[in-house]
Amino acid sequence: MPRCLAYLTVLLVAGLLAAAPLRAADLRPLIDNLANGGFKGTAKAVDELAATGDPDAVPVLSALLEGALYQRKSDKQVFRAEKAGRELKLFDAVTGTPVETVAKRAARKVKVNNRLRKQIRGALGTLTLLSPDPDQRRSGADAVFKTPAPENAVLLRAAIAKETDEVVRRRMQRALAAVTLRHDSDSTARIAAVETLGSFTDQDVRGVLSAVLLTDRDGNPLEADAELRAAASAALAGVESRLEFWSAAESVFHGLSLSSVLLLAAIGLAITFGVMGVINMAHGEMVMLGAYTTFVIQEIIRASHPALFDYSLFIAIPAAFLVAGTVGVGIERGVIRFLYGRPLETLLATWGLSLILQQTVRSIFGPTNKEVGTPSWMSGALEFDSGLVLTYNRLAIIFFALAVLAVLMLLLRYTAFGLRMRAVTQNRGMASAMGIRTGQIDALTFGLGSGIAGMAGVALSQIDNVSPNLGQAYIVDSFMVVVFGGVGNLWGTFFGGMSLGLVNKFLEPYAGAVLGKILVLVAIILFIQRRPRGLFALKGRAVEN
Amino acid sequence: MKQLLRNTIAGAAMIGASLSAGLAQAEETIKVGILHSLSGTMAISETTLKDVMLMLIEEQNKKGGLLGKKLEPVVVDPASDWPLFAEKARELISVNDVSAVFGCWTSVSRKSVLPVFEELNSLLFYPVQYEGEESQRNVFYTGAAPNQQAIPAVDYLMNEIGVKRWVLAGTDYVYPRTTNKILEAYLKAKGVAADDIMINYTPFGHSDWQTIVSDIKKFGAGGKKTAVVSTINGDANVPFYKELGNQGINAEDIPVVAFSVGEEELAGLDTAPLVGHLAAWNYFQSVDTDVNAEFIDNWHAFIEDDKRVTNDPMEAHYIGFNMWVKAVEKAGTTDADAVIDAIVGVSVPNLSGGYSAMMPNHHITKPVLIGEIQEDGQFETVWETSGLVVGDEWSDFLPDSKDLIADWRAPLSCGNFNAKTGKCGGKGS
Amino acid sequence: MSSAAHIPELRTGPLSGLLLSLPLGGKIMLGLLALAALLVPLLNLAVPADSFFHVPAYMVALLGKYLCYALLALSVDLVWGFCGILSLGHGAFFGLGGYAMGMYLMRQIGPRGVYGDPLLPDFMVFLNWQELPWFWYGFDMFPFAMVMVLLAPGLLAFLFGWLAFRSRVTGVYLSIITQAMTYALMLAFFRNDMGFGGNNGLTDFKDLLGFDLQSDATRSGLFVASAVSLALGYLICAAIVRSKFGRVLEAIRDAESRVRFLGYRVEYYKLFVFTLSAMMAGVAGALYVPQVGIINPAEFAPANSIEIVIWVAVGGRGTLYGAALGAILVNYAKTYFTGALPEIWLFMLGALFVSVTLFMPKGIVGVLRQAGRNGILGALYGRGRLGEEHGT
Repeated sequence: MPRCLAYLTVLLVAGLLAAAPLRAADLRPLIDNLANGGFKGTAKAVDELAATGDPDAVPVLSALLEGALYQRKSDKQVFRAEKAGRELKLFDAVTGTPVETVAKRAARKVKVNNRLRKQIRGALGTLTLLSPDPDQRRSGADAVFKTPAPENAVLLRAAIAKETDEVVRRRMQRALAAVTLRHDSDSTARIAAVETLGSFTDQDVRGVLSAVLLTDRDGNPLEADAELRAAASAALAGVESRLEFWSAAESVFHGLSLSSVLLLAAIGLAITFGVMGVINMAHGEMVMLGAYTTFVIQEIIRASHPALFDYSLFIAIPAAFLVAGTVGVGIERGVIRFLYGRPLETLLATWGLSLILQQTVRSIFGPTNKEVGTPSWMSGALEFDSGLVLTYNRLAIIFFALAVLAVLMLLLRYTAFGLRMRAVTQNRGMASAMGIRTGQIDALTFGLGSGIAGMAGVALSQIDNVSPNLGQAYIVDSFMVVVFGGVGNLWGTFFGGMSLGLVNKFLEPYAGAVLGKILVLVAIILFIQRRPRGLFALKGRAVEN
Repeated sequence: MKQLLRNTIAGAAMIGASLSAGLAQAEETIKVGILHSLSGTMAISETTLKDVMLMLIEEQNKKGGLLGKKLEPVVVDPASDWPLFAEKARELISVNDVSAVFGCWTSVSRKSVLPVFEELNSLLFYPVQYEGEESQRNVFYTGAAPNQQAIPAVDYLMNEIGVKRWVLAGTDYVYPRTTNKILEAYLKAKGVAADDIMINYTPFGHSDWQTIVSDIKKFGAGGKKTAVVSTINGDANVPFYKELGNQGINAEDIPVVAFSVGEEELAGLDTAPLVGHLAAWNYFQSVDTDVNAEFIDNWHAFIEDDKRVTNDPMEAHYIGFNMWVKAVEKAGTTDADAVIDAIVGVSVPNLSGGYSAMMPNHHITKPVLIGEIQEDGQFETVWETSGLVVGDEWSDFLPDSKDLIADWRAPLSCGNFNAKTGKCGGKGS
Repeated sequence: MSSAAHIPELRTGPLSGLLLSLPLGGKIMLGLLALAALLVPLLNLAVPADSFFHVPAYMVALLGKYLCYALLALSVDLVWGFCGILSLGHGAFFGLGGYAMGMYLMRQIGPRGVYGDPLLPDFMVFLNWQELPWFWYGFDMFPFAMVMVLLAPGLLAFLFGWLAFRSRVTGVYLSIITQAMTYALMLAFFRNDMGFGGNNGLTDFKDLLGFDLQSDATRSGLFVASAVSLALGYLICAAIVRSKFGRVLEAIRDAESRVRFLGYRVEYYKLFVFTLSAMMAGVAGALYVPQVGIINPAEFAPANSIEIVIWVAVGGRGTLYGAALGAILVNYAKTYFTGALPEIWLFMLGALFVSVTLFMPKGIVGVLRQAGRNGILGALYGRGRLGEEHGT
C-alpha cells in the first residue's frame, strides 16, 4: 500500500505542478473491483484506484467512505446508491447520472471497515491538501497526520510553501513532523521533528511522542536512537504539563456543564415546589413531555421541511413550553387546586399523575428510545490548539440554562404577573382581598413551572435518552438542588445547582462516579443539619408555616 | 367495617375465580408464559421481546398449534421489580399453569426467579447474553455466554486491528464485572501488561460521561493502539455515545466494541458520529439470508411498523421457542421432565443461515458476528467465526470455575460437575 | 382532634386495657390476623390440593409478603401520622433489615453454593474475593443476625435522627434528606466493591434455622411469624399513641414550636419514635426476604419509599390499622392488575392515587368513619363509636 500511495503522490504532485491533471482512460473495471475479494480486495482496489491519480476517483472514494457504493448482483457492477424505502436508486459512481431503481435485495453493499476507512481518508486527505478550501486543507493535513506515509513528505512541503493560512500551516507542519519522525532516517531531522511536535498541545501529539518511548516486554526501548528518546521525553514532559493545566480547565467546564443540567432540571421545580409548595412528583414527567415534544417537532420538520432542521430546537423550545405548560395548567385546575394547604397530599396525587403520564407516553410512542437529532451547529466541539475540548451541545446548554434563569427572574421582578405571583405566594388572603384572582394566578404559576420543565426537556433531549423514564432520572436530583439551595429562592436554586455540579465533577476523578455521588449526597445531609433551611433561607415568620 | 370485610371477601373470591378459570382452560390449550417487564426501567428493552413472543405463538398457531392444541400466551408485567419477577413467575406456573416461560432480561431478574422454577419444576427460556457461571436444570440459556461474545470480540481487535491497550468500561453490575474479570485474565494470558488495561465502572443510568470519555481519550494517547470494550448497560449507552461523538473520538482512532448495544439501542441515536464502532452479537438485522428476510417481514407485518428493528435477543427467542416446540413434539407432551430430556440435542435453524443446537449444559451453539455501526443504525458484519461456538457456562479463565462442567443428561445430570474431583457440587473445599 | 379527650387512660392491666381501648378497626384487624394465622397454614397444609378450600403455596407467600408491607406501612404511619415526620427513606430501614436477614441466609447456604465454597457466598467466589469481609462475620449465627436486624436500621435512624432533629430540620427539608439517605444507600449497595452482591443482591437461599425455605410448612411458619409481628407491631404502636408520650407526639405534629416552648425536649421524643419505627421497618424487611427469596439494592430506591407513604395515605394516615389496610389493598391491586391488565395497570394505579387524594382525603378509613358518622354503619355499631378513634 505505501508504494501505491507513493505513485499516487508522485503523480499528483507532478500533475498539480504541471497544472495538467492526468486522466485515466476508464476507471470502470477498477471501480467494479472494489466489490471483489472482501476487505483485502477492496483495499487493493482502493490503492489501484488512487494510484491512477484521476480526480474522478474522489467522488468514488467519498461514496465508498460513506458506505454508499453497492454492487448490482445481476452483473457485478458497482454503483452509488441511495435508499428509497424498500428500493435502491442507482447512480453512476463517477458521473452521478441516474441508472435505474432496483429492489433492495438486488444489490449488495460494498462493505468498509475501520481500517479501510482510515486508508480511504488518508488517500482523500492527500488529494485535498491543495484544495482551495482552507477547511478541507486542514482536515487533509489532519488525515495525513494520522496516516503518516513517507511519500507525503514531498507533497506536504509543497503545500506548506504555498499555504497562506497560519492555522492550516501549523497543522501541515504537525503532519510533516509526524511523517519525518516515522519515516526519515536522518537523526537531526527527526529530533527537529520531535521538537516541532513538542510545540503542540494535544492528545494526538502526546500519542505520537509516547510511541517513541515505548519499550518491549523486557523493558528495552524499541527506539534505538538515545538522543531522540531524550528529546522526545523532554518534549513529552512539556506537552503533558500543559495538558495537565488544560485538563483542570476542562474539569471546570465539565462541572459547569453538569451544573447547568441540574439547574435546568430544577428551575421548574423551584417554581412549582419552591414557590407554590407543591411536592411535585410529576415534575420529571414535564421534562419528559418537553423532550417528546422536541421529537415530534423534529419528525414533522423531517417530513415536511428538512431544510429547517437546524432550527428545529428553536421551534421546539416554545412548543415544549406550551405543551408542558398546558398540561401543568390542566393538572393545577383538575387536581392541585383542591389540595392547597395540604402539601403532603400533593405528593400522593402528583405521584399518581406521574405514573399516568409515563404510561400515556409509553402507550403513544412505545417504550423504546426515540431519536432526537442534534442540529449541525450543536454537533462537534470547539477544539483549542491547547487540546481543550468544549463540546458545542454542552456550551449551548450552559447558555440556555442561564438565559432561562435570567428571563424568569426578570419576569418575576418586573412584570405585573410576577408581582401578583409573589403576592399570592406570600399572603394569599391579602392578595385576594386586593382583588387578585388567586385561582388564575395559581394556575398560571404552575403552568409556568411546568413549561420551564418542558423547555429543560428540549435541552436534555440533546444529551440523554428520550424514553418514558427520562423524567425519573432527574426528579431526585432536582429536589436535592432546590432543597439544598433553599426552598422558595431562585438564587438558592442557582447556587445549589452550580455547587452540586462542580463538587460532583471535582470529586469524580478521585472517588469515581458512584462514590463521588454518594459523597455529595452525604454532604447534602450534613449541610442541611448546619443550615436547616438550605443555602438561602427565607427569614421571618413565614418560615414556620 | 362491613364494607372492608366485603372487600376482603370479594378480593379472595377474585383470586379464587382466576385460579379456577386457569384450571378449567388448561385442557383446551397449551399455555406459554411471557415474563417481560412492560413498565419501569427495563420496559425499553423487554417490551419488544413480549411482542416477538406473541408473534411466534401466533405463527405457530397458524401452522396448527402444538400437539393438536392451540398455544395461548399469558402475558404478565413484572414491572422491572425483581421480587415481583419471582411472584409473577410463581403466578404463571401455579395459577395460570403454563407449560414454559419465556422471559427475563437482567441477571438479577433471572436470579430472582431461579428458585421458583426449580421448586415448581417448570421451564424458563432466557434470551439475553449474560455472564455465564450458571447452569440450571430448568433454565435454557439461548443468549450468548461470554465465550460467544466477549472473547471472540477481543480476539478480533487483537489480531485483526492490532489493539495493544484496553479500556474495559462497564456498568457496575454482575455481567460487566464477570465479563471484565474473564477478559482481564484472558488479556493477561495473552501478554498484555497490567498498565495497558484500564477498568472503569459507572452506576446504572449514568448520564454524565464527560470525565470518563476524556479519561479514555488520555489513556488512548499512550502511543499504542487502544480500544474500549464496553459492557455499559442499555440506558447509559445513549449519552455515552453522544459524548464520544462530541469529543471527537472516532472509531478509527479508538474503536469501541460493545456487548449490550444492538439495533434497538441505536434506534434512539443519531448514528452518524458512531460509524465504525463495533458490536459483537450472534445476529444482526443486516444478516443477508432468506430466513432472516422472512423473519423481518413477518415482524414488520405483526407490529405494523416498517421502522421497527430486530435484534439478537429476539433471535434468541426465535431459536428458543422453536427448540421448545420441537422438543415438545419429540417428547409428545409438555411435561417439564420429558421436555428437559428431549430438548438436549434438538437443532433448529437460526436466522444467520445455520443451525443452532441445544447442548447438554443447556446453552446453545451460535455463530459469533462482529459488526460495525453504519449510518443507518444497522450493523455491517466485518468478521465472523468460521463455525459455531458452543456456549461455555463455566469460564476457563476464572480460577474457581475452570474445572467445572455442566451436563444435564442422565446419568450425570449435574450443573456444576467438577471434572477434577469427579464430584457434583462445585470446586469443593 | 375533638375526640382526643375521649381516649381512655391506660388501665393497670396493661394488655387487656390496651386491647379494650383499641378502636373497632384495630380490633377487627387483630381478629382477622389471628384468624388468618390459624386458617391459612391449616388450609394450606391439611386440606388436599384439589379441594376448593385449599390455599395454594403461591397465595401463602403472597399474603405473607403483604403482611410484611403492612408492618412497614405501620412503622411509617407511627412517625408520619403521629409525629409529623414524613420519611421518604423508610425503604432504607426495611432494606437494611432485609440485608441482615439475607446475610444470615447466605451464610446458611454453606458449601451448597454452585462453587461449593464452604465460606464464601457464590458472588464473592466468581469475583475472586479471597476472604470473607469483616462485616460478614457473625451472620452465621441466627441470634446475632436477629440483633443486627434491629440494630442496623436502629443505629442508622438514631444517628440520622440525632443529627436532624437536634438541628431542627423539619418539613420537606427532612423528607428530602431522608430521600437523600436512601438514595445514597442504594448507590452504595449497587457497588459490587461493597461486598453485598451489587445489583444482584442476595438470592438462592436454602434454609432458615434448618427449615427448607421451599417447603410449604416453612412458608406457613413465616406467614404466621409475619402475622404475629404485625399484631405485635400494631399493639406496640397503639400503646405508644395512647400513652401520655403519644399525646406529646401528636402535639409535636400539630404545633412543634409550642410544645418546645412548653419545655418538652422535642428532639428526644422524635428521636425515640423514629428509631423505634426504623427497627419495625427492619423487622418487616427481615421477614420479607425469606418469603420473596431475594434482597437487592432496588429496595432502597427512592420510588419505593414514596410508595410506602402512599400506602399509608390510601389507608388513612394516623390510624395505624388504616396504614396496614392501605398497604395490603394497594399491593393486592398491583398483583391483580399486573397479571390481569399488564399493559395499562399503571393507569389504574395512578388513577387510584389521584382519586384517593381528591375524594378520600383521609383515606379509606376516613371514608368508613364518615359513613359511621352519617349513620350507615352507625346504626349497627352505635352512633359515634367509629368516631372515637385516635388521630385526626
